[in-house]
Parts: sequence; structure tokens; C-alpha cells
Amino acid sequence: MFYREAGDFKTSYADDSQTFPIRFDRLRYYAVIAVAFGVIPFFINDYWANAVFVPFLIYAIAALGLNILTGYCGQVSLGTGGFMAVGAYAVYKLMTAFPEVSILIHVLLAGGITAVVGVLFGLPSLRIKGFYLAVATLAAQFFLVWLFNKVPWFYNYSASGQISAPERTVLGHAVTGASTTAPAKYLFCLIILFALAWLARNLTRGTVGRKWMAIRDMDIAAEIIGVNPLTTKLSAFAISSFYIGVAGALFFSVYLGAVEVGEAFGIQKSFLILFMIIIGGLGSIFGSFAGAAFLVLLPVLLKNILVGHLGWATDLAAHVELMIVGALIVIFLIAEPHGMAQLWRLAKEKLRLWPFPH
Amino acid sequence: MNQMNPDGYTTADGRKIGPVLMEMKNITLRFGGVKAITDISFDIREGEIRAIIGPNGAGKSSMLNVISGFYVPQEGEVWFKGHRRGPMRPYQVARLGIARTFQNIALFDGMSVLDNIMTGRLTLMKSGLFSQAMWWGRAEREETGHREKVEKIIDFLEIQSIRKTPVGRLPYGLKKRVELARALAAEPRLLLLDEPMAGMNVEEKEDMCRFILDVNDEFGTTIALIEHDMGVVMDLSDRVVVMDYGKKIGDGTPEEVRNNPDVINAYLGVSHD
Repeated sequence: MFYREAGDFKTSYADDSQTFPIRFDRLRYYAVIAVAFGVIPFFINDYWANAVFVPFLIYAIAALGLNILTGYCGQVSLGTGGFMAVGAYAVYKLMTAFPEVSILIHVLLAGGITAVVGVLFGLPSLRIKGFYLAVATLAAQFFLVWLFNKVPWFYNYSASGQISAPERTVLGHAVTGASTTAPAKYLFCLIILFALAWLARNLTRGTVGRKWMAIRDMDIAAEIIGVNPLTTKLSAFAISSFYIGVAGALFFSVYLGAVEVGEAFGIQKSFLILFMIIIGGLGSIFGSFAGAAFLVLLPVLLKNILVGHLGWATDLAAHVELMIVGALIVIFLIAEPHGMAQLWRLAKEKLRLWPFPH
Repeated sequence: MNQMNPDGYTTADGRKIGPVLMEMKNITLRFGGVKAITDISFDIREGEIRAIIGPNGAGKSSMLNVISGFYVPQEGEVWFKGHRRGPMRPYQVARLGIARTFQNIALFDGMSVLDNIMTGRLTLMKSGLFSQAMWWGRAEREETGHREKVEKIIDFLEIQSIRKTPVGRLPYGLKKRVELARALAAEPRLLLLDEPMAGMNVEEKEDMCRFILDVNDEFGTTIALIEHDMGVVMDLSDRVVVMDYGKKIGDGTPEEVRNNPDVINAYLGVSHD
């Protein structure tokens, strides 16, 4: 009896299209949000923040972004790492150029700049689709990383070629730089993620989301019923890139603090986030969270079990991790292409009638 | 029948047919060296059910694609609501008030029935990206308002029970009906149906006929349809265009078309002696 839909009647259309239409779901989500905001900040320490929570929150933003583009609008992108790099370098240039402006505004502006770059690299999507588009975005990935390595202006001519985040505060608490506390980092990322996830949910349940899904499911039919493919695809690229840019900015400024572009935002990052949405669930907000949590937690868990408890060598454990992730992706693609979100949905459908299915 | 009357005519069952809504003038459509449509002219009048028939490969679907803006003819003019229509993208044509269904169902499989029908109303939705992102004010009102209209269509086509089912799970006959619902949701002036009865059993065909007649009757929608089932065509339509090998070989009431020697020739063949 932990999931009930029966007797949950709606008497208005507004009620029926709310964020969490099922009462039980709604209460549970509220509980999770309350714990995330009200409980975790008081108990979080540096290990939990750096190993689990902060990377999870940031990857969840990136996964949301890619899910909008790939899961909802059906445009495959392998340029996520490159777009994250755009966000990171944008926030770096803004932080160093305008130190007196709030970091929050810088992060959002960095998202905006990434959105512009995303639209630029999204233009080929009007002509090509599928694998060919994936290759075009792959070009974006390599070009952007090359650009940030090659042009010293982007890293302010520093000798190492790295960028590192100076200290910035929000309401008197440092959120970037060496003296940042774990709760400050966590809350800063959580608030941004919360706002962006809410916006993503609104966009995907309304007209914009339907346009994206129409293009994804059958682009010719979508055009014939009145969807303008140009603005629809580019809006998906813009919004997706905004999310990914914000994720990149936070990844650099809050999480890592110092970044070398090829290492932090290489092609592996693009694939990691693509795997997150494949495992989590394409075309699902919940799936973005599930996938990000899974791929952030899995290495931590495996490391604790294999190295901590069984005493395996670290490199062996790392290889086993790669094998497990690879196997999981193959299994998901074959058995459940819609990912963990779909498994969850199926479980809910079964539970709707449980324990009296007849 | 008085076809020349510019104000329309009255059908055998007493419905008033209005003036010309859409007129095709000397349309020629080529794919490379292949002529799919050669110099065809006909008109569709306000409130009428107009059928396009012909053997396989006659160019019927191409004609429908010309009307819906998917193909741009090399020669000829398309007039709609008294204006000549320039070369347009299909989504612009949709905004003029032309909706269609497809020969092979073209629904959005990943979305629920409700969402599919709501996409039909996209051309009527005005709220901007930001207001939708906030789900506040205009966007929310608009969503609820359109939902109400969509629910009326759901009631009309008797698909209440599958409202929230993903379309991919529906049987064929229902998918066809949902597609009709999506086209209707746009509140079109002209509704194009490409083989609405293809692959259906007798019962489903009867349902579909009833819906088509009801749509025409209740909403006053002008309908142009392609169909192979001659019984259906002769019963439903007010006037029929017959095509063969990309040419028009007949045009008139079902009765006239049935007795047209060229039409009999195209369908049954004629002995060459």
C-alpha cells in the first residue's frame, strides 16, 4: 500500500495538469524536497558534499539539459562536455572581469552565453538528423575544447593554462574558492537545481514540450500540423545548452575550483551525461535525476565495497566499474530503452491495482 | 447540378454548399522526369465533402500533399479563401486552417492521446516561452481553455477511456480515430483525410463514416478525402474528382462520375476491338 491512485479524483483541468498529479506522489516529493532543504544542510560534511551531493546536483542539471534536447526533442548531442566548458569559461571570464557582481548572476549569464553557442551549433540540426547530427555535435565538442586550450585570452594568459575560481560569496557565505563550507556549496547548487528542474517540468508539460516531442516522434507530421521545426529545434538547443552551461559553470566554480579543459570537459564527460539520461530515462525529468544519482553513486559505492571492504587494488576496482557501467548501458538499451524512469512507471502501473489485480 | 453558380448549390440531402473555398488551377507536379500530376484543376466548396479517387499511383496523395503544402507544384496556382497562396512551408499552411490525417498513421507514439490531440491546437496557442516556463497567468489559463476544447472533441469521437493511454499501445482503428481528433482539434476550415478507412473492418468503417458526416454537419468543416472503398465514397461525398496517371478524368456528383465512360475505363478496363 505504498502507492495509491484510486480515489484520487480531479475536478478541474488545472488540477489534472499540475506538477505532480497524483496525491501520493506529490506528498512524497514534498517530503524529499523538505529533507533536501531542511535536514541535509545541517549534517553534510566535506566528504559527502564533494563525493556525493555536489556532483550529483550538478550532473542532474546537465542531465536535465541533455534530456531536454535528446530525450524530449530527439536531437542527439555528443557536445555536452564542450558546452559545459563554454559555461565554465564564461563564468570564469565574468568572475574575473566583474568581481563586484553576484556569482549567481554570473552563473546564469554563463548559461545564457552557452545557450547562444548551443544555438549556433544546433543550426546543422535543421538539415541533418540522427547519427550525422551526433557527429556534427561531436565536432563542437572537439572544437570548443581546442579553442579554450589554444586561445590564451580565455584563461587570462595564466602560465599553467588552467582556470581557477576566485572566492565569491552569496549573502556573506563563500560559495566558490578554498574556504567554502560544505553546506554553502550544497545549498547553492541545490537552489539552482530546484529552480531549473521546476522550469523544465513546466516547459515539458506544456505547449513547448509538446512541440519538442512532436518533432522527436515524427518531424514531418509535426510540421504539417503546424510546428515550425526551425524555432522548435533551436529552442530545444538553446534551453538545453542553458542548463548545460549552468552545470558547467557550477562544475568549475563550485565543485572543482580549478580546471584544465581537456581533462574536466573532454569527450568522456559528454558520454557520461549521455549514459545518465539513457540509464535514467529519455524524455523524463525524474529519469535525469535517477541517472545522475546512479552514475555518481555507483563509483562511490563500488569503491567503498571493493576497495574498502574486500581490499581490492584501486586500479582493478576502477576497471570493474567501467565494465559494470558498460554492461548496464548495453542491458538498458536492449531491455528497457526508456531507462529507470520507465521501470518506475511500470512498477507504478502494477502497484495501481496491487494487491488485488483482478 | 449547377456547378457554375458562384454562390454554391444545394445537395441531394438538402445541405447548403457555399462558395469556393479552395481552388487548384492547372497544377503540375514533377519529381525529376516523372510527372505525378499533369495540369489538374478543380475546386473545393465551403461545407462540402469532396472525394478524390483513382487507381493506385494516380497521384491522389500527391495532390493532397500539394494542398497541405508538403509539395510545391512546378506549375499552377493554389487559391485558398480567395487569395493566391504563395510557396509556403507546411506549418504555415497549417496556420491558414488546413489540417490533415495521413495514409499511414502519423501520430506521436511517445505521447498520450490527450497530448497528441493537444498538439493539434498548437497553431491556436499564443503564450510565450517564459510564461510557460513559469506556468503562470496566461500559459496556465490557455492550457486549461484548450484542454476544455480538446475534451469536447474527445467526447465527440468517443475516446474518453483512452485519454491518458500512450498512443503506441492503441489498436489501429483507434489510432485512426485519434488522428482524426488531432486534425479536428485545430478547428480547420479544410480537413484533408488520406484514406481514413484504409485497413478497417466494416464496423470501424461505419463508425468512421458517421464521424466524418458528423464533423461536416456539426462543425461545418469542409472535407476533402481520398478513399478506395467505392461504396463509402459514393455514399459520403457531394462531388468526386477522378484521377488516373496524374490526369483528371472525371469530376462531378457521384452519379455523374459513376456513368462517366473514362472512369469506367480506368477502373474496369475496356476491350480494344
